[in-house]
Amino acid sequence: MFDYQFLIEVLVGGLLSGVMYSLVAIGFVLIYKTSGVLNFAQGAMLLFAALTFVSLVERAISFPLAFAITLAIMVVLGVSVERAVLRPLVNEPPITLFMATLGLSYVIEGAAQLLWGTQVHGLDIGISDVPLDIAGVFISRFDLFAATVAGSLVALFALFFRYTRTGLSFRAVADDPFAALAVGLRLPRVWASVWTASGIVALVAGLLWGARLGVQFSLSLVVLKALPVLVLGGFDSIAGAIIGGLLIGAIEKLAEVYVGPLFGGGIEAWAAYVVALVLLLVRPSGLFGQKLVERV
Amino acid sequence: MSAAPLTAQLSPGAGAFAIVVGAAIAFGAVPLFGSDYLMDAVLTPFLALALAAVGLNLLTGYAGQVSLGSAAFLAVGAYATYNLHLRLPQLSLIVDLVLAGLVAAAIGIVFGLPSLRLRGFYLAVSTLAAQFFVQWALTKFGWFSNDNPSGVIDAPVLSVAGVTFTSPAGRYVFSLSVVVVATFLTLRLLRSQSGRNFIAVRDHELAAKVIGVPLLRTKLLAFGVSSFLIGIAGALWAFAYLRTVEPAGFNLDRSFQILFIIIIGGLASLRGAFLGAAFIVVFPLILSRAGAALLGGVFDSGVLEMSQRIVVGMLIIAFLIAEPRGLIALWDRLWRVVTRPAAIRNT
Amino acid sequence: MIKSRYLRVAFAAAVASVLAAAPAARADEQFFPLQSYRVGPYAAGGTGFFGGFIDYLNLINIRDGGVNGVKLTWDEGETQYEVERGVEVYERLKGRPGVAAWNPLSVGIAYAMIDRITKDKVPLITINHGRTDSTDGRVFPYVFPLLLNPYSETSGIVNYIASREGGVDKLKDKKIVVLYHGSPYGKETIPIYKLLADKYQFSLEQIEVPHPGNEQQSQWLSIRRAKPDYVVLRGWGVMNPVALKTAQKVGFPADHIIGNVWSNSEEDVIPAGDAAKGYIAITTQASGEQYPVLQEVIKTVYGAGKGNLDDKKRIGSVYHNLGIVNGILNVEAIRIAQAKFGKRTLTGDEVRWGFEHLQLDPARVEALGAKDLFHSINVTWDNHEGDGRVTFQQWDGGKWKVVSGWIAPDWAFLRPIIEKSAAAYAKEHGIKVRTSGDDPVSN
Repeated sequence: MFDYQFLIEVLVGGLLSGVMYSLVAIGFVLIYKTSGVLNFAQGAMLLFAALTFVSLVERAISFPLAFAITLAIMVVLGVSVERAVLRPLVNEPPITLFMATLGLSYVIEGAAQLLWGTQVHGLDIGISDVPLDIAGVFISRFDLFAATVAGSLVALFALFFRYTRTGLSFRAVADDPFAALAVGLRLPRVWASVWTASGIVALVAGLLWGARLGVQFSLSLVVLKALPVLVLGGFDSIAGAIIGGLLIGAIEKLAEVYVGPLFGGGIEAWAAYVVALVLLLVRPSGLFGQKLVERV
Repeated sequence: MSAAPLTAQLSPGAGAFAIVVGAAIAFGAVPLFGSDYLMDAVLTPFLALALAAVGLNLLTGYAGQVSLGSAAFLAVGAYATYNLHLRLPQLSLIVDLVLAGLVAAAIGIVFGLPSLRLRGFYLAVSTLAAQFFVQWALTKFGWFSNDNPSGVIDAPVLSVAGVTFTSPAGRYVFSLSVVVVATFLTLRLLRSQSGRNFIAVRDHELAAKVIGVPLLRTKLLAFGVSSFLIGIAGALWAFAYLRTVEPAGFNLDRSFQILFIIIIGGLASLRGAFLGAAFIVVFPLILSRAGAALLGGVFDSGVLEMSQRIVVGMLIIAFLIAEPRGLIALWDRLWRVVTRPAAIRNT
Repeated sequence: MIKSRYLRVAFAAAVASVLAAAPAARADEQFFPLQSYRVGPYAAGGTGFFGGFIDYLNLINIRDGGVNGVKLTWDEGETQYEVERGVEVYERLKGRPGVAAWNPLSVGIAYAMIDRITKDKVPLITINHGRTDSTDGRVFPYVFPLLLNPYSETSGIVNYIASREGGVDKLKDKKIVVLYHGSPYGKETIPIYKLLADKYQFSLEQIEVPHPGNEQQSQWLSIRRAKPDYVVLRGWGVMNPVALKTAQKVGFPADHIIGNVWSNSEEDVIPAGDAAKGYIAITTQASGEQYPVLQEVIKTVYGAGKGNLDDKKRIGSVYHNLGIVNGILNVEAIRIAQAKFGKRTLTGDEVRWGFEHLQLDPARVEALGAKDLFHSINVTWDNHEGDGRVTFQQWDGGKWKVVSGWIAPDWAFLRPIIEKSAAAYAKEHGIKVRTSGDDPVSN
C-alpha cells in the first residue's frame, strides 16, 4: 500500500526547505529588479553577515545589539558597494557586472575570514528543534519559525514598496530606469537603498541558514540552491521567488525520495535545475518574470 | 572594437616575422632553457586554460551565449579521453583527443538546446544543469573511472606514433602543439561565413534571422565547437598537467575561472583568451610569492592567502572599471603608441 | 605594458625558483614541505592539523635540538584544498634540499602526487586517509596511509557496533544505514560495507548526500522510514553538522549515529549545537591535552610563544592531536632511518626505509609521552598502514570522551581485497612488484 503519510511528510518538509531557498532568492531579486545585475556576491554577504553576528555574540554582546551592529555594517557595505562598484560600471553589459560581483564576493569572503577567522561556529537562536508530531507527520519547529520569518519579511517589503516614497521610486526604477531618471528620481540613491535591503535579507537568511548549518565558509554555497528558484520564478519577481522556492523545495525532495532510488540517489543537486529548465522551455522568463521585449 | 580585430594591426611582413620569432621561443627556447617548474606548474596549465578560454570565447564572446558550464565540458573531455585510451588501445592518442572533443561537442549541443528559447542569465543559469549533471554522472557511474574504488583516474602515458612525452618539456610541447593547431582552426572558422553568423546572432538575433542567418544551426554550432575545444582542453588539463582527475576538480569555480579569463582578457578576441589565461594563472602565483617573501615572517600563510583573495577581487573590479573591454584593449592601445604610423593608417 | 611587466616578473620568479633548487644543503637539516590549507571550506581542519604538526616539529627543535642534532625545517604553501594548487606547491618546493616526506592531508592532492613522488623517491604520508590499496607496499613503495585506511575504518566501525550489541553474531538481522558524501571519497567504502553485511548478515542501506550536503531533509526522511538500528555517517565538511541537525528533526537518536574519521572533529559537531550531544565517532587518536606530549607542547612551544594555533582553546582538539601524532610518526621514522644511515640529512629514499621500519609498540609510545593518545603502529615493507587501532569517542556537548577500548579492524579479511586492487594497479602501470623489503625500488 502506498504510504500517504510519508508522502505528506516529504511534501511538507520540501515546502519548508523551499521557504529557506526563497529567502536567499529574494536578495537576488531585489538587486536584479532595479539594476539588472545578477549579484553573485549575495552568498558572500550572507556569510559575512552571519559571521559578524556570531562573532559579536561570542564576544558577549547581546543578541539585539549584535543584530543592530551587524545591520549597520550591512548598510555601510551596501552603500559602499553602490559607490565603488556599481556606479562606475553603469551601462556596462550585464556579464561585466556579473563578473564584478564575483570579484566582490572574493573581497567580502576574504575580509570576513580575515576579520573573524576561519573557525566554524555554532549559532543557537533559541528555537529548539524537537519535531512537532501532527497525526504522525513530523514537522520541524525551526522550519516553521523560518517560514514565519520569511513570510513577515516579504510582507514588510510589500508594504514598503507600496506605501513609502523610496519604495515607490524603487518600483519606478524597476519599471523603466530612463523614465525614472527623467522625472528626477535619483538612481544612485535607489540603488544604495536596494543594496541595503538585500544586505538585510542576507543578514536574516544568514542567521536562519547559519542556525541550520553552523556559521562557516560553506554558508556561501547556499546561493546554488537559490539559482534554480530564480530561474523558475523569474529573476525580477519577489512573488516568483516565493512560489519558485516552494516548488523547487517540494520537487527536489519528492524527486530524491521517489525517483532518486531508480538512479541510486543523489539526484537532488541537478534535479532542481532540470525541472527549472523544462519549465523555462515553456515560459522563457520564468513563471512571473517580465517578458523581454526586443526592440527591432 | 565592435568587430574585434582578429590580428594585431601589423603589416603582413612584420606579422609573419613575429609569428616565426614567437614559435622559435615557444617551441625552442622554452623547452630547452625553461625550468621544470616553469613548464610543469605555469606554462602547461596556462595552455590548457587558454584553450578552454578560446572555446568559451567563441561561444560567449563571438556568439553571445553565456555559459556557466565550461567545467562540465572539461570533465567530459578528460573522462572521454581516458576511456577511449583504456577501451580502444589501438587508437592513437591524437585520435582519442579528437574523438573526446566530439563527445564533448555532442553533450554541449544537448545542453545548448535551451539557448534556442532562453537569453542572458536564464540561459547562463540553465547551463548550470550541465555542470551539476555531468559531475553527478561521473561520480555516480563507476564505469567512467574504470571502477576504480576511489573514482579517481590515472593518466595514460602521452605518446604519439611511438614518441612519448613524459618529461615536463615533453608535456609542454605536446600541449603547445595541440593548442596551436586548435587555435589556428578556430581562427579559420571565425573568418568563415559561420564566424560572421556567430557575430550576427550576438549583435542582434532578430536582425540576424531577418537577413537569413540560420539561428538553430548557428547557435548549436557555437555550442558544439566551443565544447569541442573545451573538451580537448580538459584532456590536456587532466593528462598533460595534473596527471590524475577527480570529478570534484571540475566544479563551478573552474567554470567561473574560465569566464574570468575571457572577460579579463577581452571578449571576442582569441589573443584576449591567452592574455587572460596568463593573468589568471601567473598573477596569483606572483602575488603569493611576493606576499610570502615580503610579509611571510610577520603573518602566517592563512592571513596572507586571505589578503591575496581580497587583492585579487579588488583588482578584478578595478580592472573591469578601468578597462571593461579587457587586457586586449590595453594591449592594442599600447601597440598603437609603439607603432604610431601604423595606427594612423588604420584609423 | 601590463603583459610585459608581468612576464618579466614571472620570468624573474622562475629564475629565482631555479636558483633556489640549486643544492645548498647545510648538512644538518631535514625539510618538511607543507601543502597546508588555512583558507576556504576546510580551513578549520587544515589549521588544526598543520598547527599540530608544526607544534610537534617545534617541540623537537626546542627541546631536543632536532632529531639527533639534525634540525627540522618546514615551509608552507597554501592550497585551499585544491588539487592544482597542491601540485604547484609540490613543483615549487620539491627541489629544496633535504626533503623528508610530504603530508598533504588531502585525498585529491595525494592522488596527483603518487606518480611524482615515486619518480622523485620521496615518501608520501596520507595518515588516516588516502588510497586504500597503497597499503600494499609491494606496489606502492613510497606511499604510506599510516594508521588507518578507509577499508580498515569500515571494519573498525562495524566491529564497534558489534561490540555494543554484544558480539558479531548479534549483528544478524540488525539494520545499518550508511549515509555517504556524494564524492569519490564517500563512495569508496560502498563495496566493503556490502561485503561485511554479507559476512555478518545485517541488512544494509547506503544513501548518498549530494555535495556539499547542506540540505538533507529527504535522506533523513528515508532513514526515518527505514528505521535502522544504526546510521554510519561518512560525511565531509558542512555535511556533518547538517546530518546531526536533520537527524534531530526526524527524531533519530544521536547516540546511534557513528561518524567516520572525516566526521569526528569538534568542527563537525559544534555547529550542530545540542543536536550533536551523544554522537559517537571513530578516531585513531584520542582528543584532550592531558597526555604528557601535549603538556610538553604547551609548556615548551606555547610557553616560548612559538605555538602555531591562534586559539589556544584548540590545543588537544581532534585535528590538532592528529597533527601531533603525525609529527611523532614522521620524526620517529627519521630517527629510525638515522640509526641505519647515520645522523645527518637523509635522502627521501632513506626516510622511506625509516617509515618501512616504523614500529612503535605501546611501551615506546608511552616513552614518547603519547600513551592513550594513540595505541601503536607496526609498519613493514609490505604493510604501509601499520595496523593502527581505533577507538570511539562520544560528544558530550563540550568535549569528546573516549567510550571504547582500542579496537582492531579485521585486517586479515581486508588484505586480499587490497592486494587484488594493488595488483591491478601494478599491471595497469607496468610496476614491478617487490618481493622483499630489500628490493631496489624500480621506476
